[in-house]
Amino acid sequence: MTVSPANNTVINGLILLLAFVSGFIIMAIELLGGRILAPYFGSSIYVWGSIITVFMLSLAVGYLLGGRWSLNNPNLIRHGSFFICAAFALVPTIYLGEAAMDRVFAAIDDPRYGSLLVSALLFFLPTAFLGMIAPYSVRLLVENQQHSGQIAGTLYFVSTLGSAIGTLATSFYLVLYFEVDQILLTLCLTLVIAGVSAILAKQYWLNT
Amino acid sequence: MMTKSRHGNTLGTVLLCVFCCMHSTVAAKTIHKEKSLYRNIVVRESNNRRCLVFSVKRGDKNQTCTDLRDPNLLVFAYVRMVFAGLLVNPKPNKILVIGLGGGSIPTTLSELFPNAGIDIVEIDDAVVRVAKKYFAFQENERMKVIVSDARVYIRRATQRGQQYDMIILDAFTGDYIPEHLMTVEFLEEAKQLMTADGALIANTFSNSLLYHHESVTYQRAFKTFFNFKMSFTGNRVIIATTKQLPELKLLTHRAHLFADRLDRYGIEFESYPDHMSREIDWDPSKKPLTDQFSPANLLRGD
Repeated sequence: MTVSPANNTVINGLILLLAFVSGFIIMAIELLGGRILAPYFGSSIYVWGSIITVFMLSLAVGYLLGGRWSLNNPNLIRHGSFFICAAFALVPTIYLGEAAMDRVFAAIDDPRYGSLLVSALLFFLPTAFLGMIAPYSVRLLVENQQHSGQIAGTLYFVSTLGSAIGTLATSFYLVLYFEVDQILLTLCLTLVIAGVSAILAKQYWLNT
Repeated sequence: MMTKSRHGNTLGTVLLCVFCCMHSTVAAKTIHKEKSLYRNIVVRESNNRRCLVFSVKRGDKNQTCTDLRDPNLLVFAYVRMVFAGLLVNPKPNKILVIGLGGGSIPTTLSELFPNAGIDIVEIDDAVVRVAKKYFAFQENERMKVIVSDARVYIRRATQRGQQYDMIILDAFTGDYIPEHLMTVEFLEEAKQLMTADGALIANTFSNSLLYHHESVTYQRAFKTFFNFKMSFTGNRVIIATTKQLPELKLLTHRAHLFADRLDRYGIEFESYPDHMSREIDWDPSKKPLTDQFSPANLLRGD
């Protein structure tokens, strides 16, 4: 692989930008989750408990798998495919979410377990894919072991900053101007663009 | 007899507010305080009034007050105004009240209609305990409280095929609106619970951008409704039916029939019909609130 230092900077910048985007999108989806579940399960504290539990669990699984897959020939194509998979996993949440909630509501009386199951059905897969991005990005950025801690720190900084801004933007502004589905579809589209840009970056800047 | 708690000109309002705030912190006696899952609940007493206070932050919003000398008296205008629903459905047999507060609305209804079945949905069981202990609220075989989110309750009740002649929505406190209880879909679900001549009565707000959005929302669900406002309160009461709204003549007639029975609660019932308007005094181009678009709390801030 022949990579010039300038190209390397561009690629590293792109990876950080994409980490920011994934952080933003994770929290935007989580906040909208409260909106999506409220018509069926209310907006009590246990609904938020269900949503946050599912997000934490799916991120945990995503981190584990993303880390494991980074061992074997880490590349931007697989990195980009996590974004695209997350986008596709989000589509049924938008279009089949109500049907799923109807069924679960009918089957489970207790709104605590109803909301927990629905959160898992709607959000586990997209969030797990988004969770794979962070550890995989660390592997793509790390060139030698000495700097790995610093690189991981920078990546967490950028992606958590994205999460903070995603939370703020969604709860303060996005819900005021757009419908929930419009926001989710825009997030899907953003994920696809992010994924494609990672894959294209490999074609343009990293000619193997 | 009536306690007019609101006032007209700005300077007077400001001075009165300053005075009230100082007064309440100095003279009001806190007799109970607790942190529930949803809010801080405070019970205060001053000037022979016992009040349930939900928000201690934004200028102490009294949720319910009772007059200790005359417990029948409905101290707040908006509580009295809710009874205008009787002008639309004068004989409610099954009543659903969303939001218990101190329980003055259901208690008064059960006195007026001892044979009616009254279901009350309250999200916070701490409020139920406080209403029983400090506001003489009592459940009986015809009047019971269900601790649940109202939206969840309405969905379940629809599944069970329950019906109500009167649904009273009194779930909005001064500083927080459960946004899923102010959408077209919610109102459609509530409509499914209503009998053929059922009425929905909502105690809600008459200011900010939300006024326009909420009005359009009710219009979308019910076509027309009575918009009941009185000059001395910042609340308004929306009264909607699935059928046509009664004419003024009938309202006046019913108001006259009820007036004597409601007098002891401090309700000046005969003055109500003249304030019940069908006029569109909001901006109809505003977007209705839906499950997809429901920033009610953000719209209140504008």
